[in-house]
Amino acid sequence: MNLEIEVMENDEKQQVKLTGEIDAYTAPKLKEALLPLTKMGNTTVVVDLEQVNYMDSTGLGVFISALKSTKEYGSELRLVALQGRVQRLFEITGLDSVLNIDSTVRGGK
Amino acid sequence: MEPLDVKNYRSLLKKYIDSEDETSLYQADQFSKLSIQQNISPEEIINVHIQALQELYPNLPKEIDLSMNFLLETMISYGLAYQEFQSLREKQGEIESELSVAANMQDTLLSTTKPEISGFDIGAISVPAHQMNGDYHHFVIDSSKNLGIAIADVIGKGVPAALAMSMIKYSLDSFPDSLRTPDVILENLNRVVERNVDTSMFITMFYGLLNPESGLLQFSSAGHEPGFYYCAKSDEFHEIKTKGIVLGVSESATYEQFDIQMEVGDMVVLLTDGVTECRVGDRFIEPDEMLDVIRKYMHLPAQEAVDLVYRHFERLQDFHLRDDFTLIFLKK
Repeated sequence: MNLEIEVMENDEKQQVKLTGEIDAYTAPKLKEALLPLTKMGNTTVVVDLEQVNYMDSTGLGVFISALKSTKEYGSELRLVALQGRVQRLFEITGLDSVLNIDSTVRGGK
Repeated sequence: MEPLDVKNYRSLLKKYIDSEDETSLYQADQFSKLSIQQNISPEEIINVHIQALQELYPNLPKEIDLSMNFLLETMISYGLAYQEFQSLREKQGEIESELSVAANMQDTLLSTTKPEISGFDIGAISVPAHQMNGDYHHFVIDSSKNLGIAIADVIGKGVPAALAMSMIKYSLDSFPDSLRTPDVILENLNRVVERNVDTSMFITMFYGLLNPESGLLQFSSAGHEPGFYYCAKSDEFHEIKTKGIVLGVSESATYEQFDIQMEVGDMVVLLTDGVTECRVGDRFIEPDEMLDVIRKYMHLPAQEAVDLVYRHFERLQDFHLRDDFTLIFLKK
């Protein structure tokens, strides 16, 4: 159970690439990395979830906090390349209706 | 054995030096265990050792004496670290007992009685993974004898989650019967949660309202893990399809209401993600595997059946729950 977080800055975008699992143990680390990016203002934070094979509901909590924070600071949050299981979690919870999720690129192998 | 009695230590030491036998070593081991129990620090033991040594061999070279003093000094930090460890252990004990008081209080605050309703058989089990349960279920019978069933999961674990659940329960109790249709209940609860709970915390909830006479079950879901409907006629399970966002995220959320007409032999299965996200080794259990387990026990009385399904999953996960587990069977 581990999560690697890689942040790359290019143009007006903050690219965040996640690898591993997002659960109660790794969520605090993700929150710590993600929230400061959303507070930069006038930026788009793109979170690449292609290499995330498991996420539980605590992960949803982190993304909702990040979403609220981007709105506050005039930024934008986008989630891309979700694997099926992770995508399903966003759909069941109805959070796909408030989060900007781009599922045209499907994650997983 | 008296700990830190120089005489006693001296004779033990002498015995060992003379005989080099294992029994004395064993007694030394006992001596240190006893000293730990009595909060005696390592440097005190060395001090006793120095005294005993001087009494036994008054003519030891001065260098040995000095080296023992040196050893004594180096041990002082260990002694301090040990004291710190002791005080942390005491504090941990206090926290644990406070948590267990809170867990008991949660049980009392959130307790629900499984109702007896003619024509229906209900089974419910809820087991927390840790001390405090982040799952919640509640049965309530309104003035028209309809049965309200709530099942919910707080995202965000531990004490804050448990506190949020109490808030939900008391809000639910405060709604008048006239507002007790599932869609209205969830809409009102959503506002309560949105206003009162931290942004990283939210709640998923399924709310059902059963008319026991007609067998009509109306329900709405706020992002809750979908349950299953077993149709006796076709002998098939169907996922209960719903739509609706979790409580506490969008202030103006509304909830769609659906219904199922239950016939004799039908069963509704409500659950939380502690059931569906059950892990077997490195993989997750597939929905069909879960339904096979339910099917295996569902002919039994509902309470016996949910208990046995829980025990099956508990065994599957080597008796270590990763998440709170709640399962309800409603059989007609």
